[in-house]
Amino acid sequence: MALTQSDIDTEVGDLQNAYDKARAAGAPAQHHPPRDYRPYRSSVLRHPQQPLVAVDGGDPETVELHGPVFGATDITDTDSDLTVQHQGEPLGERITVSGRLLDSKGHPVRGQLVEIWQANASGRYAHLRDQHPAPLDPNFTGVGRTLTDDEGRYSFTTVKPGAYPWRNHANAWRPAHIHFSLFGTAFTQRLVTQMYFPGDPLFRYDPILRSVTDESARARLVASYRHELSRPEFSLGYEWDIVLDGPSATWIEEGR
Amino acid sequence: MTATTPPKATPPLPPTPSHTVGPFYGYALPFPDGGRVAPEGHPDTITLHGYVLDGAGDPVPDALLEFWQSGPDGSLKGRPGSMRRDTVGGGHLGRNGTDFTGFGRVGTDADGHYALRTLPPGNPGVPYISVCVFARGLLHHLFTRAYLADAAPDAGGSTAGGPVPAGDALLASLPEQRRATLVARPEPHRTYRFDIRLQGEAETVFLQFG
Ligand SMILES: [Fe+3]
Repeated sequence: MALTQSDIDTEVGDLQNAYDKARAAGAPAQHHPPRDYRPYRSSVLRHPQQPLVAVDGGDPETVELHGPVFGATDITDTDSDLTVQHQGEPLGERITVSGRLLDSKGHPVRGQLVEIWQANASGRYAHLRDQHPAPLDPNFTGVGRTLTDDEGRYSFTTVKPGAYPWRNHANAWRPAHIHFSLFGTAFTQRLVTQMYFPGDPLFRYDPILRSVTDESARARLVASYRHELSRPEFSLGYEWDIVLDGPSATWIEEGR
Repeated sequence: MTATTPPKATPPLPPTPSHTVGPFYGYALPFPDGGRVAPEGHPDTITLHGYVLDGAGDPVPDALLEFWQSGPDGSLKGRPGSMRRDTVGGGHLGRNGTDFTGFGRVGTDADGHYALRTLPPGNPGVPYISVCVFARGLLHHLFTRAYLADAAPDAGGSTAGGPVPAGDALLASLPEQRRATLVARPEPHRTYRFDIRLQGEAETVFLQFG
């Protein structure tokens, strides 16, 4: 029998209660989702069962405390504007998404690569295996790249993606989201995540968002609508700051 | 600088949570020459390849692997140009043919197989390539290392899956069976086999950095 939304809601609710109870009893906040979150069925056979092995971060020559670098050759002018990559204008509500990329100390992460990808305004990816019967848009691919500036800022112009169905359970729908891929100054700071739009009624039904069981951590995945970032006669503005986890050798050196 | 100012005791900013890469990154993240890190025709080129497998032993056809390593001279500075863009047509130009960026990115194919062509890393101790695994179903990426044990200075060039040379704190800390999951097995033609088992029997050792 196919899993229903209410089956998934029960599992999500149980895991939420268990987390909230643990927190109330003094357990530390979990900022990231667990790798084995059963309501997201794809995780069942793909998460390690052995504990992760801690690598001593004390040696600045540890390869992962450094990371790949990107530069002017890796980006073209149109890469950060997803609405100008084809002959015509894409359909949908034009938006800008901007914010800062920071490390855990609040330092800007400068000159690093930010990549995004997303569904079009109808909720369809330009991917062969996306079979959602919503229209493809010949004027929208949904891929963007940019480098952060000296203040760690990034900015994209795009269209608001649509919600889309998926096969986790019957009547499963993902809230509208933009996928983000981020690099810090160290490979240990690597992050792939998703940005959501405020007030989406699908939040409570989505096992992927709910896999982040900490409520305030979940809230950090949601952009803010910022009217002052909206451009007259052109686009609606959203702001979303991103904070990277994990150590890097850069600050070890600066602390010396 | 002699005196060091102690860092201000501001609480760290809480991180943005991780999320899965999902199934549909394929037209966005992989790029031409993503797995061809070695400059074209470089005589020292090695191939690292293998399969990504799930807890049932089935291939994972939609994993994305990223590789980061030191240069053959041990440098950890890296270089831009891994995903060079075409300013005329808007596509990818491929690497410039001479620079070594230290970074690679490849998706697995329908068999769960990947291949990386690169230069031998020159980090001190046992040389290794750092691997970061993304996939649908993985809510948070996984780090591991592919050690090229036979290329270690004290290996004598003869370790077909046998004991691992000393000189690496991580390898030394692991029981033999787990340690073996981090060692890429030498094959003919400067090729190394490195499978990644996400779960179950002979599960790969995955790492966290504190
Ligand atoms: Fe998506």
